[in-house]
Amino acid sequence: MTALGLDGASGTQTLADAALQSDDSEWHGPVIRYDLAKEFVIALVAMVVLAVALAIVFSSPDEAPATITAWASSSPSDFLTTAVAELDGSSPTAGYGPPYNAWAPGEGQKIGPLGVERWVGVHTPVDTAHDFVLAPLGIIAKSDPALAAGLTRYESASAADQQQWTTAYTKALDKVSFSGSSVVVPPGRYGPVPTMMSALLQMARGGSLDGALLSSPRFYGTDYTKPLLFLADGSYLADKANAQHLAGNQWGMMNETGNYPGQAWLWLYTMWYQIPPFTHTGNADALIWSLMMLLSLALLLLPFIPGLRSIPKLVPVYRLIWRDHYRRLATESPGGGPRAG
Amino acid sequence: MSATTDPGAPAQATPDPDVARSRMWTSRLREAAVRSLPPEKLLPDTQPSYVASWVYVFGVLTLAALAVIIASGTILVLKGPSWWHLSKAGLFMNSIHLWSVELFMFFMVLHLWGKFFMAAWRGKRALTWMTGVVSFLLSIGAAFTGYISQQNFDSQWISTQAKDGLNSVGVGAFFNVLNFGQMLLWHVLLLPVVVVVIVALHLLLVRRRGVVRPLPLPAHRRSVSRETSPGHEQVVTAAAAATPTGGTTGSPLGAGPADKTS
Repeated sequence: MTALGLDGASGTQTLADAALQSDDSEWHGPVIRYDLAKEFVIALVAMVVLAVALAIVFSSPDEAPATITAWASSSPSDFLTTAVAELDGSSPTAGYGPPYNAWAPGEGQKIGPLGVERWVGVHTPVDTAHDFVLAPLGIIAKSDPALAAGLTRYESASAADQQQWTTAYTKALDKVSFSGSSVVVPPGRYGPVPTMMSALLQMARGGSLDGALLSSPRFYGTDYTKPLLFLADGSYLADKANAQHLAGNQWGMMNETGNYPGQAWLWLYTMWYQIPPFTHTGNADALIWSLMMLLSLALLLLPFIPGLRSIPKLVPVYRLIWRDHYRRLATESPGGGPRAG
Repeated sequence: MSATTDPGAPAQATPDPDVARSRMWTSRLREAAVRSLPPEKLLPDTQPSYVASWVYVFGVLTLAALAVIIASGTILVLKGPSWWHLSKAGLFMNSIHLWSVELFMFFMVLHLWGKFFMAAWRGKRALTWMTGVVSFLLSIGAAFTGYISQQNFDSQWISTQAKDGLNSVGVGAFFNVLNFGQMLLWHVLLLPVVVVVIVALHLLLVRRRGVVRPLPLPAHRRSVSRETSPGHEQVVTAAAAATPTGGTTGSPLGAGPADKTS
């Protein structure tokens, strides 16, 4: 605040006269000295002091990322269930659709009749069976003949046999137990799936699956799409998020771990996910995004929207903002004082 | 490029150097810039007398917070994306970056609400409002990409949750929130550059158009011919319209002759 004083002599019009001019005309009424440069420097110092003080007192959250190693070690049953689902194509990512994989006709979220999600097609191809299970196992199969034989048997089997094995193994995982590094399931017709899943679990626990999912033919890699999709398909990541009150029905991604404000400015976007009809539709993402785009457009074009642009005149906040102006105007006006409208 | 003359050439009408200079693109650009924003308008040392409220401070506080964000972000960029996870100094700098973002968004929202209640788009200021809204929306994107570039549990969770909304409208195909490299570049380069450019444009428009006038009080407004619009509200009272000089007897408060007619 650097309004240093009223300098009424600088204006060529009285306040009353100047106030009568149209909104787009130059102001020729009374002026005040106003040091913009000094104001900015004071504001900058204030912001530096505030930011440093808040950083000293509250620091910032940095909870270690979830890893596939930790997932396989602490929730092996969930890991195996997810891995089998990736293998037989029944996981959320396997049936996600664009941009990861193709959809059956008619599927996908829509905005009214418009299936925008489908139109863009597959831009980041993900074949969950190959990318999350078969390819990583292929790496360690080079030094494990039993696994190599199991992989060959699985890949050369018919789709019906593969489906029968994975379905039976998925049911058996309800009664799974772990003995050291061994996965113990009731006897059944699982084909080579137990060999493959045990090997994948050991690979994950040993830490090499994290790297295998990131592997890039060009050595360097910065794309975590595959490991993140794999992690998100299980319940390990969601359980951790629930414990931190970060789930979608807990105002989700606008929050962050710990008692931090997070992205509070996403409150409106997040709010829609908490209320009907969005809580009861499989189309919620597309509808909410469309709604937010519409609202953002309305905010942008507010000056041109009749009715909405007149709201400020109906809400007397402006009287508070310019109360000194109205008071001075009343003092200067002949025979009149301020009148409430 | 410069124009030269041949001393051996026969005498002929020499073009006026001032005219030649005035035709140069550079001259025209400079003159247009100075015409639009003369120095005293770009950096004025006075403001209309109505510019006396705390609401006017929110804009400059937003700008100051943006400067702190850029400064702290630049240090984080210089040290690389892993630095803040591995050292106390890095964590402290990240904390300054985080809290300056919180301050920036807080004051920007106050600034936006303040300008809304002032109907600050009046008087050909619609573009000023629109650049402000665009910078607000872009800032949300910049903050969001920052959250998902943190390489911690928050970024894992936020990105895996956000992908569904983005994919549902086709945006995820080109803006992959699970691709750390892509998001980091958006966060440290593309979005900051665009935000700074739009904010600069916003500030130039603010200086060019000046600070919006106070709304007339309702008793006075009854005689205003048209509702608030971006460029053409005519604050002309019945009394003002009736006086040949443009109305020195009226008052926005409705005192005096103007009020008697409304």
